[in-house]
Amino acid sequence: MSIVLELDNVTRSYGSGPTTVHALREVSLSVERGEFVAVMGPSGSGKSTLLALAGGLDQPTGGGVGVAGTELKGRTRDELARIRRRMLGFVFQDFNLVPTLTVLENVALPLELDDARTADALQQARHALERVGIAELADRGIDQVSGGQRQRVAIARAIIGDRRILLADEPTGALDTSTGDQIMALLRQLADEGVAVVMVTHEARHAGWADRVIFLRDGRLVDESRSDDPTVLLRHSNSRVPRRIFDPDVEA
Amino acid sequence: MSIRQSLLALLSEQPRHGYELKAEFDRRTGHSWPLNIGQVYSTLERLERDGLVVRGDEDDDGRVVHSITTDGRREVQAWFANPVVLDNPPRNELAIKIAIASSMPAVDLTALVQVQRRASIATLQDYTRARRAADPDDLAWHLVIESMIHQTEAEVRWLDHCENAALRASHRARAARTARAAAAVEPQPTPPATTNPLPASQKSPR
Repeated sequence: MSIVLELDNVTRSYGSGPTTVHALREVSLSVERGEFVAVMGPSGSGKSTLLALAGGLDQPTGGGVGVAGTELKGRTRDELARIRRRMLGFVFQDFNLVPTLTVLENVALPLELDDARTADALQQARHALERVGIAELADRGIDQVSGGQRQRVAIARAIIGDRRILLADEPTGALDTSTGDQIMALLRQLADEGVAVVMVTHEARHAGWADRVIFLRDGRLVDESRSDDPTVLLRHSNSRVPRRIFDPDVEA
Repeated sequence: MSIRQSLLALLSEQPRHGYELKAEFDRRTGHSWPLNIGQVYSTLERLERDGLVVRGDEDDDGRVVHSITTDGRREVQAWFANPVVLDNPPRNELAIKIAIASSMPAVDLTALVQVQRRASIATLQDYTRARRAADPDDLAWHLVIESMIHQTEAEVRWLDHCENAALRASHRARAARTARAAAAVEPQPTPPATTNPLPASQKSPR
């Protein structure tokens, strides 16, 4: 059990006095290595703010954020950028890839920005592309790959250099259901390999892939659902759901 | 009803005895709704009574093989050719509970919806895990579990809708109260009824 991402009583507010707007209020969250957490809630409930704070893109007005044991508070802008590049990667709905670069160059970009040797960055980029299952597309242009493949490129870029935390904001928003499922299977695989994944989604179907689903409302964490919840058996004992799912002894 | 039609469909392939029918039904529906053997025998008796199957002789192990009749084949064809129609949708406890709750100001509808949403999401987590663990070549099981995932997904979407609709309704009610309070303080001349034929609920957006 090792915690790689920790939000401790985090508040993010804008303005002051009676006009203060609280985007996030006193939210605490610990994410372990290899854990897949989905964040749900209505629009304006603070989902994206939570992700921005977790990734050091924004600073809390109260509480603290720790990434891989490093407290983000009091860091300079450059230090934050370096921590981001080494520890965590972001994935967005619209991929945010550079259209003039190849697939491989896009994935290598964060390491190059971090002054890695080009040969080294490209080698690690190839490794990351292998992990997301599209090594054969390395030399294609971004406009020569499909939407689902573009999201795989973005995910490879996010995990390059064995970064341990993947923050995803509606990563399947621009994809059809079946392609979205494949992206979920990939995030699940990366979590099983040890990456901590935090994903904002409004799709219940995709939240189903997570170990833990947290619910935000008006900036507060109001509820959560854990897949290892000991009340699970109780929950199903009086339901009519098919037996095979909850009784491993009923087998094909 | 679907058990009767399913067993008949299996018999249209070849004559089978009761236990064989149970095993085939379970296998082909991904073991998701296992039959008990008593159900199989009582269904066979009714099918025989209705002239859709005939009993053969007992074999050496004492098992009776059933065969389909011409009428039985016609019924199987009709089953596959026609849509499944729920004449009488099953009573939906959740829809009833939320409808009742929404009419009772003392009930916190948002909390009620969240309790249900959490349970539905937890169920989806279980279904998704079961689907991942399944043999990718087991199409029957895949289709059955996807059916449940889609239903649960629809339930969560409907819960979101309930919550939003209740929220809008309470905003409208508050606006109406404020307007009444203002009118009480400073009476306005009432406009002629003919200029506004729609009741208030139909005027507001959505």
